[in-house]
Amino acid sequence: MVKINGNDCDISGMTISQYLKATDYDLKFIAVERNEEIVPKDQYDEIIIQNGDVIEVVSFVGGG
Amino acid sequence: MDDKFIIGGHEFNSRFILGSGKYSLELIESAIRDAGAEIITLAVRRANTKDQENILDYIPKDVTLLPNTSGARNAQEAVRIARLARELGCGNFVKVEIMRDSKYLLPDNTETIKATEILANDGFIVMPYMYPDLNAARDMVNAGAASIMPLASPIGSNKGLATREFIQILIDEIDLPIIVDAGIGRPSQACEAMEMGAAAIMANTALATAGNLPLMASAFRAAIEAGRKAYLAKPGRVLSRGASASDPLTGFLRD
Repeated sequence: MVKINGNDCDISGMTISQYLKATDYDLKFIAVERNEEIVPKDQYDEIIIQNGDVIEVVSFVGGG
Repeated sequence: MDDKFIIGGHEFNSRFILGSGKYSLELIESAIRDAGAEIITLAVRRANTKDQENILDYIPKDVTLLPNTSGARNAQEAVRIARLARELGCGNFVKVEIMRDSKYLLPDNTETIKATEILANDGFIVMPYMYPDLNAARDMVNAGAASIMPLASPIGSNKGLATREFIQILIDEIDLPIIVDAGIGRPSQACEAMEMGAAAIMANTALATAGNLPLMASAFRAAIEAGRKAYLAKPGRVLSRGASASDPLTGFLRD
């Protein structure tokens, strides 16, 4: 199991790229963290999501 | 009058830092325009997928983005959020905001000092939001802060300059821009802070809760500009007692 944005998902074995495309994120507006480390955009194609990974996909929202 | 607001080596003409929380994306562009703002704050949150619009589509490209670390409860979380924000492609500015207390939303100065040091060493232009305490502010200066952002009163309260005396101490003693952040509810309060010598004002809730947001943005803009001019003009003295005639003291209709 993989935890993505707090939810359990069964997506181990996919690359970050494959996951983001499958879920329809707009790559222009997001950043990805895997196990508390930033994943640079040029590594989305290479990094394979492992069982037990904790992934956060974030973007900007309004704030003060 | 050439009166630039300089922060982290960047020059700005506006001294009004605009928040973007708690109002619709459609209002952002007019808020920026009517506020005359050149810096806007943003928060970082878990992303939605494409069907929801992104705030960056509504912010003109020449406006500097100032992401905050809201949601962070300690220095480590603030550093994570700041690095994610930088990865989102917003430049190097960050407003460090760390809260352990969810009732009053008061910032944790000790953790903020730690995060300021880590992020400044990592190349960020760090603007720590803090409870106005001179010792903590000095530690933030030593940690590499680019400005100090003391609160006027609790976030979102619109209560104004509850910490007035302590902000004045920071203005007098700290050799960095003091940006009054949080709690400023009305243009008159923003103007007063600027007259005291604050370098800039940050406001969000005052606009978001106003009946007419763009009109309130323009009222704040005018108040901040007026306060700045008054500060530069050096306000006149206050008599401790008595009066001082404004008219010529020669007699009229009598000897």
